[in-house]
Amino acid sequence: MIAALRCVIFRDLLLAARRNSDVLTVVLFFVIVVSLFPLGIGPDPKLLRTVGPGVLWVAALLASMLALGRVFAADHADGTLEQMMLGATPLGVIVAAKVFAHWLVTGLPLVLISPVLALQFDLPRELLGVLVLSLALGTPVLSLIGAIGAALTLGLRGAGALLALLVLPLYVPVLVIGAGAAEAAATGLGGNAQLLLLAAMLIIAAAFAPWATAAALRISVE
Amino acid sequence: MSINWFKYSSPQTFFPLAGTLAAFFGTLAALACAVGLYIGFFVAPTDAQQGESYRIIFIHVPAAWMSMFLYVVMAFWAGVGLAFNTRLSGMMASAIAPTGALFTFIALWTGSLWGKPTWGTWWVWDARLTSELILLFLYFGFMALQAAIDDPRRADKAGALLALVGVVNVPIIYFSVKWWNTLHQGASVSLSKSPTMATTMLTAMLIMTFGFWFYGIAAVLLRARCIVLERERGSEWTTKYLRAAA
Repeated sequence: MIAALRCVIFRDLLLAARRNSDVLTVVLFFVIVVSLFPLGIGPDPKLLRTVGPGVLWVAALLASMLALGRVFAADHADGTLEQMMLGATPLGVIVAAKVFAHWLVTGLPLVLISPVLALQFDLPRELLGVLVLSLALGTPVLSLIGAIGAALTLGLRGAGALLALLVLPLYVPVLVIGAGAAEAAATGLGGNAQLLLLAAMLIIAAAFAPWATAAALRISVE
Repeated sequence: MSINWFKYSSPQTFFPLAGTLAAFFGTLAALACAVGLYIGFFVAPTDAQQGESYRIIFIHVPAAWMSMFLYVVMAFWAGVGLAFNTRLSGMMASAIAPTGALFTFIALWTGSLWGKPTWGTWWVWDARLTSELILLFLYFGFMALQAAIDDPRRADKAGALLALVGVVNVPIIYFSVKWWNTLHQGASVSLSKSPTMATTMLTAMLIMTFGFWFYGIAAVLLRARCIVLERERGSEWTTKYLRAAA
């Protein structure tokens, strides 16, 4: 089972490396959306400092949602997904591996680039650590929850907009607590409570989401 | 004598029963709403602090309760459908969604009508309001997913899974008032301690709740009948029924 896990992760990473423009699109989307906000609301540094963490979080959420359609689409199109379902390895394990690889490719770059963007919003340096940590804990939850939606909408017409409608409401608690972590740190409360809650969400999502995603895939591929 | 629990899980036997029950609960709903609104608007005293505007709770609170309750019922039928693979459960779940969304919308709308004179604003980003709004989005997501899938069996199962995932949200709504208590007042009605509102107000509100509940049952059963007819069209008994009705 561990071998299958490693195999799927390695395969998906290799595929992503061969088609690296897909990865760059997501990161560029994140950067552009974040850069649009100062243009829309004005360059006042005080205002930007207050909205900064929230803007980064919303942009990261949209960027990771944009990438969701690709988690299963290619494997579904060429029949690999059906072979994975027929195989001996439990589907939940394969799903977990695919979601992890997907996060490494689309979530982790967002986390790594976020401190640079945070500086554009003039966020104080003490906040950067909390912000990055909250994104590092939160974006995998987004990928895990989003995978359920991606599996449910697999092969449907208008899947993109539908996926947003299904997944965004479920993202709300992660957004509230994730953006709240940086906010709490900014007011001197420290973001520990929120970070622990995010970690708890990550554990729960990691335990249950792959299982639900596997069930959704079985419904979609019949 | 053993009871056949699955007798009414067949669309054919369910259909006439649903018709009778819908008429019964529809009448009860009309009666309860008439009595509840009468007590609420003419008998219940004016509130000392909020004046007449408080009277919107006779619609707002029952609608909010029903909006959450119906989501749980929908998830229940969804779970039954997934577990027992019964066709009717999926039809019930998709019949409940529009009524649930309607009650959620009414709760949000009346809430903002009440919030303007009382809090001085149409909308605040309070935990309970926000979670009610998310509940509305969850209903919309459920309906949109089912509408996007052409095969009814797949639509039922996919919707069922989504409803079960979303039902995690309903307890968050209910407990949010304790967790993040912000502007929205705490619950005034509880089973464990005596209520903090006048008895006539409470009576009117409870009667209205039953009125909304019965309306919900009647509307859902009527919609379920339509879905049954649509999905079972071409079978012998529906053809016979439709010919007799025409």
